[in-house]
Order: sequence, then structure tokens, then C-alpha cells
Amino acid sequence: MSDLKLTINGHSYDVRGARVGVSLAQVLREELGMTGTKIACNEGHCGACTVQIDGVPTLSCITLAHTVEGEITTIEGLREHPLVDAFVQADAVQCGFCTPGQVVSAAALVAANPTPSVEEIRHHMAGNICRCGTYPRIEEAILHWRD
Amino acid sequence: MARLIRTEKEVEGRFEEVWLVVEEDALDQWPAGPQAIVGRDATRKDALERVRGEAKYTADLQLPGMLHAAILRSPYAHARVNKIDLSKALAAPGVHAAVGPGDAKGLEDEAGYAGAAVAAVAADTLAHAQRALRAIEIEWEELEVVLDPEDAVKRELYTAEPTTYERGDFEQALADADVVVEGTYRTSVVLHNSMETHQSVCEWVGDTLNVYISTQYVWGVRSAMAEAFDLPADKVRVVCEYMGGGFGSKNDPGEYTFVGAELARRTGRPVRCALSRRDENTAAGNRNATIQKLIVGARSDGTICALGGEFVNAVGWTGWSAMTEGPLQMLYACENVRTVRYGAKINTPPMKAFRAPGFVEGTFGLECLIDELAAKLDVDPLELRRKNYASSNDGKPFSSKNLMECYELAQEQWDRRHEVRSRSTGTWKHGVGMASQIWFGGGGPPSYAWIRIGSDARAQVVTAMQDIGTGTRTAMAQIAAEELGFPLDRVEVSLGDTSRGPYATLSAGSSTTPSVGPAVRAAAADAKRQLIEIAAQRYHVEERILDIKDGNVVSADGNVNTAVEKLVEVLEDAQILGKGARGPNPTGMSVLTFGIHVVEVAVDVETGEIRVERVYAAHDVGRIINPLGARSQVEGGIIQGIGHTLSEVRLHDPESGRILTTTLDAYRMPTIADVPEIVCAFVDRPDEHLTNLGSKGLGEPPIVPIAAAIANAIRDATGADVHELPISREELLRALQSAKEKERRGAHAAV
Repeated sequence: MSDLKLTINGHSYDVRGARVGVSLAQVLREELGMTGTKIACNEGHCGACTVQIDGVPTLSCITLAHTVEGEITTIEGLREHPLVDAFVQADAVQCGFCTPGQVVSAAALVAANPTPSVEEIRHHMAGNICRCGTYPRIEEAILHWRD
Repeated sequence: MARLIRTEKEVEGRFEEVWLVVEEDALDQWPAGPQAIVGRDATRKDALERVRGEAKYTADLQLPGMLHAAILRSPYAHARVNKIDLSKALAAPGVHAAVGPGDAKGLEDEAGYAGAAVAAVAADTLAHAQRALRAIEIEWEELEVVLDPEDAVKRELYTAEPTTYERGDFEQALADADVVVEGTYRTSVVLHNSMETHQSVCEWVGDTLNVYISTQYVWGVRSAMAEAFDLPADKVRVVCEYMGGGFGSKNDPGEYTFVGAELARRTGRPVRCALSRRDENTAAGNRNATIQKLIVGARSDGTICALGGEFVNAVGWTGWSAMTEGPLQMLYACENVRTVRYGAKINTPPMKAFRAPGFVEGTFGLECLIDELAAKLDVDPLELRRKNYASSNDGKPFSSKNLMECYELAQEQWDRRHEVRSRSTGTWKHGVGMASQIWFGGGGPPSYAWIRIGSDARAQVVTAMQDIGTGTRTAMAQIAAEELGFPLDRVEVSLGDTSRGPYATLSAGSSTTPSVGPAVRAAAADAKRQLIEIAAQRYHVEERILDIKDGNVVSADGNVNTAVEKLVEVLEDAQILGKGARGPNPTGMSVLTFGIHVVEVAVDVETGEIRVERVYAAHDVGRIINPLGARSQVEGGIIQGIGHTLSEVRLHDPESGRILTTTLDAYRMPTIADVPEIVCAFVDRPDEHLTNLGSKGLGEPPIVPIAAAIANAIRDATGADVHELPISREELLRALQSAKEKERRGAHAAV
């Protein structure tokens, strides 16, 4: 057990007595109640748990909470991002379980490259699995995120 | 008037005779084509909370004092627990209760597959629970393992008696045929792998059991839990407002819920029981493997005169045997048909319904066979299908069938094949293939809806159905808004709670929209009638000249044009309540969905690499409620089907029966990088015999024909007859080799 200090969405959080070995996803969901970050495989294969650390998409389910030093951005910090409306308008959501992770990944992409090509979108987003198959809608949402 | 009727009910291709109370459905259908709201694009009512991560799924639920359960699963494909000792697990840190075989439904002392649930513990944390599992001591007796489905059939190890079907004189027709083609087709086990794993949270409050569960059928869970715990059904409340996918695998409570409820009962605390992803890949259900020995006989003019099939469904330890022979019986106007289907009971994890169970597999076999027949007859595959068009189903008329219109819509795509083929260069060959789609999807009674309108002139539809991600919540809001004459943003839908709304059908079998939609429309019509009666009294006009349009009460003589808000503002706390029920399906008719896929592929004949480049889909599912959501369903079904066709396969060890592909690394589902261009079209013509809507379901149809269309495109590109799913590089290279040998033999014969 040891205490944790995390910066999440611009706010500072103290987590007392976090078990050593706990994942960032667990801390977010179970300790801090930020359940927008989903756990779907819990072993780094699907992308549902994606958060940003200093702007870089990171799989929070295989990131040890105690190793995080940078600023964390979760879906809770991106709720007003234009991508959210782009996803809604493009119908880029079916069951919605993977969707927050998709938005977090996409936000990192458009921050680095505001006008990504289809190929760049496909390359960048290939780590976020959507079993419902909303991929064509996600592509459309990212292509038109500022419209 | 409520009527008690005896009727045939269909779910996922399974028919049963049931007693039903139905109410006559007196509403005329809306005219064909887009209305003010129905038939027009609507973004999802619940999109914002899902995209922003605010929607609370079962996985997100944390109840005060909640314990976590973990399930011990059999490492053997077939073994008996001779002795089990839970005492060390019970004494382990953080553990509050432990259960073994017989303590809860789903925990058995005979494990019929690797992954079968045996025991479980509840602890303060999941980590504590998992650790405690290791302290459970079991003395196993290994039993004989049967893994080969054909071997099981030979030994008459069935999940149910074989199903036979015959019409006409199959033997004679086959003997009289000018051309005969036969082949053996195999499909592999594929997994649902919903993003939210199977899970529930159970809590006892007084003498009531509350179950929060990721499910496709809150009412099915309610009755199963009531039966298991010997409770009156109303003492079980089942809640599922949002769920992270199901695809057929979440129609029942599952052992995790029985175990969770029992552990909650023993500890007096809420218990979460969630499958890990690895358990999900093992024990959460699957689309079973099939072996299909098919034969077709035709006259030289292309008339199909005999169709036969022997189908083996490798069902697993339990599960049901889906109607794999359905497409072969129903798709073509063949007079002489014979089928037999075996459900092999083997020591592999049980099948569960998976998006058009049986028909996905059966369409692959049949539609590949028909294309091979076309090749042998040297006729256009699409023309061959037109020529053998079925105008009835085993003597029963179709309530509606617009497959010919789907063919017409696709003709232009089909005609691209000459141009597509000409793109072939070097080892890359291009080709175009097609396949037809047939499946159920008409839904049925019972389903009910209520609607309430308050003095704010907003309407709330209340019905205890589920939206598993297909967009049914939005479709219901559109239907209610259309009927009421309200703008869409004045209608909300409350769902997913058996204690807060009337019965609605399960979200499976493409049945939600065609089952619940007509009930919602009837409820809205009931409420609208009351609004008009009130308006007639307030404005002193005859009811018959009043209507509500776009949120305004209007009279035909032009004297009344008032916002509904104005009409109902006097109500204060009074509410207008409407209720509606789903009427019966048309008697004596076959209610089915239809479609066609045309696929363009590129194949590298040297490496066996396959790229699906373009898919054109035309579907006939009656009236389209939400074209935006409908397109998403079609795209999603096609993408999932591409996974089944090219990359997905659940493997087990052929000796031990243990599952080898338990992670999303090993079980390869499509990513965004695997998606072709997808173009979709709808006939969008209401089924005039089906309900007050004329709508059928669309969740399943798009996954049905895609595998065969891809395989047929590969044949068009390369001449190779693919006979197995997934079409791995090995399977493709085998098919290419055998095509080459066939060609060589043909050349010899010509000499």
C-alpha cells in the first residue's frame, strides 16, 4: 500500500493507501468513480481503457498507477471536445462500451494532426476494437470533427 | 378487445406453439416512404451519455458493501468432481462465502467442457476472490472426451434427436437432373466477444432479489431467477439500462448470475460476478462449428430440381441445434428437398445464439454451392437465382418479399464485375461475388408499451425492453413522436427495468423493433386520441377535424392552431396515459427478411492474402424507421461477418479440448484498418400484412450473406472453390491448388 498523487483532467487527486500493482484503470474507476474509462479485456488488447498521459494515448488497464507521472486526460476531461458531437452526429456509437476509448484516442490524433487522412485515421485508431463495427462512422466522425 | 389465441411464436428460427393474449391492432399503416419523423435520420437518443462515458453499464455499478465473486472452472473437457473441499478457500483472507457443485444452478459435479463452472467464492476484492480459488481442493476423475462432431454423430451422441425434412421426391429428382454439384462445407467456432463481458450484480433487499445485469432479455432473467430461487416472479427485479453488446449471447442469466445471487443470499451483501475476457472467450457461448454435405441437381436450363443437405452442428456440451438447413429449404423454388440435421453433443463449450444462428452457416454452404452450379452450367449466378426465385415458403405465402427488387438494386453493382476483374495484375486477382440473404425477423406478440404526457407537453414512452446498442430506444421515440405529432425532442423512452414498465420481448432474433414498435405506436395513438378529445372540449370543435402536427393542435377548418403546450398546460399534475399492445402476426403467412450482398475482392494467389475492397448490401426489411441507425446496423453486421469469414476462429486443443484462443490477441476481430468501402440500400417498403408498422428487424440480416459473397468473389477472381470458414491462407491455397488440378484434368480430358 502506498499513497498516490495523480493529476487528472487538470485537477490534483490524492489516493490514500493504493495497493501496489493496481492499474491506473482500476484507480480511475474504483477509487475515483471515473467510470467513463472502460475495462473490456484488462490485458491491453482492445483499447477500451485508453486515456492520455501528457497527450499520448495509453492503455490504462496495463499501466501501473504508481508509475504515472504525467498529466492524465480521461473521457471525463473531454466531454466538451468537438469530437463528442461529431461521434453523435455520425452515429459512431452502438453499444457504446468502446466509445469513450475511441474518443480519447481520436482526441490525441486530432490534437497532433487536425486534418488526418483516412489512412492516418486507420493507422492511429487500429488499436481500439469496436465489436459492433462502428468503424465507418468513427472514420467519418474524425474526418469531420470540426464541421 | 383482448383475445386469447394459440399461435406459433418464432425466436431465432425456433418455433413453438404458445398461448397469447393479443389485442386487435386497429391502426392503418402509414403510407410508404418517409414520414415527418419515421423514415428520416435521427441521431441516437442516448448517444451523448454513451459517447461521453456517462452511461452507467452493469460494469460501472458499485453498490455499498459489494463483494466480488470469482468462478473456478474445469481444466478438463470432461471430468467428475469426486471430492471438493472449500474450507481453505473459506478461510482465505477477505473471503466471505464459497459455493460448490449443487449449491447454485450452473455449478455441477460433472464438467462437460474445459471452462465449465464448478465452484465460486465471494470476497472483498476480485483479487482476494481469485486467490482463494487456488485454495479449493478438488479430486477430479477424468472421463472420456469426445471432440469430433462426426464421431459423436456416428455414436448417436446428440443434444436432441436428429431433425429431418423432405418435400417432393428428392431421390427421383436428383436422378433426373442434367447436372449435379456436391460439396462439403465447414464453418468454425466463432465468438461473440461483446465489449462488456457477461456480468451481473445481485442484491437481496428484504425478500426481493435485485439483479443488475448486462442482458438482452430482462424478463427472461426475471423468470429464470424466480424459478431458480423459488420466488414469485414479482419478487425479482431485473435492471439493464445500458449494455455493452450481446449479439445473442446474453439472452439468459448465465451461471454467473445464479452464483452471484446465491453468494449474495449467503453473505447478505451485494455481489458482483463478472467474467474475465479469458472466461468470455471460453465459457460465454459461441457460434458452433458446422459440417454441411450439400448436393444440388438442376436441369440444363438452370431450373434447380433437387436440393439436399446433411448438416452436423457441433453444438457442444449443451445448447440448442440451430436451423442450419433453413436457407436450403427456403431460399429457392425447388420442389424436391431433403435435409437432415444432427446436433452433436461433444466436450466443447456450449453454443449460444449468435446473430442469425444457423442461417449464417447455412447460407455460406448453400450460396457457395449455387455459385458452383452456376459455374458448371456456365450461367450468370444472379440470373440463376432469379430463375429459381421462390414465390412461397413450403406452400405458405410470404407476408412480403422484395428480394427481386434487391436484385434489381444490385444489378448495377453486379455489372461492375467485368471492370473489376480487369484490374487483375500479376499475382493479385480481382473478382466480384454475390449471395442472397434470407432470415426471420418479423417479431411477434406479446409486447406492450405505456406512454404518459404531462402538462409540459412532453411524452415518456415506458416499456421494459432493452437497447443492446442497436438503437431501438431511438426507433421507439421516433414511432411515438410520429404518431403523436410531436417533435422528436419532446419524446423520451424509459426502458430496461422489469419493475418499471410492461413486458417487452427480448432483444434477439431481430425482433425488438417489429415487436415493440407496433405496441409503442398503439400506445401513442391511445394518448393522441385523448389529447384530441380534450382539445375538442376546450376549443369547441368536432374531434374528427382535429389533428396534431409538429407539436400543434390543428383543425381542418383552420380555426384551431395551438401548441400542444397550450392545450395541456391546464393539466398541472394530471397526466394523459396511453397503452398499447403488439397485435398478432398474419396467420398462415411466412414472415421473413431478404437481401443481397455484392462483394469485390482482391486475392494474392501467391501468398493467399485476401482483401475485401467493397461491399454493396441491399436489404428488404419492410419499413425503415431510422435510416441512419439502419445503415449502422448493416455496416456493423458486415464488418462482424468479415471477421467470421477471414480472421476469427476459436481453436481448441484436439487432444484435451482446452481452449487455445482466450485473448483478443489470439482471437482476431476486425479493426478499423480491415474495413472495406460499404454501400447500403433498402427497399424500404412496408410489409402490408405485418402490424401497424410494416417493419421487420435488421439486427441480423446483414451478417447472413457476407461470407458466401466473399467466397464467391474469390471464385470469380481465381477459380478456387473455397469450402471452409474462416478462409485462412491455408484454406485459400488449398482451394487454389485443387482448382489448378481440376483445370489440368479438364485439359487432359479435352485432349
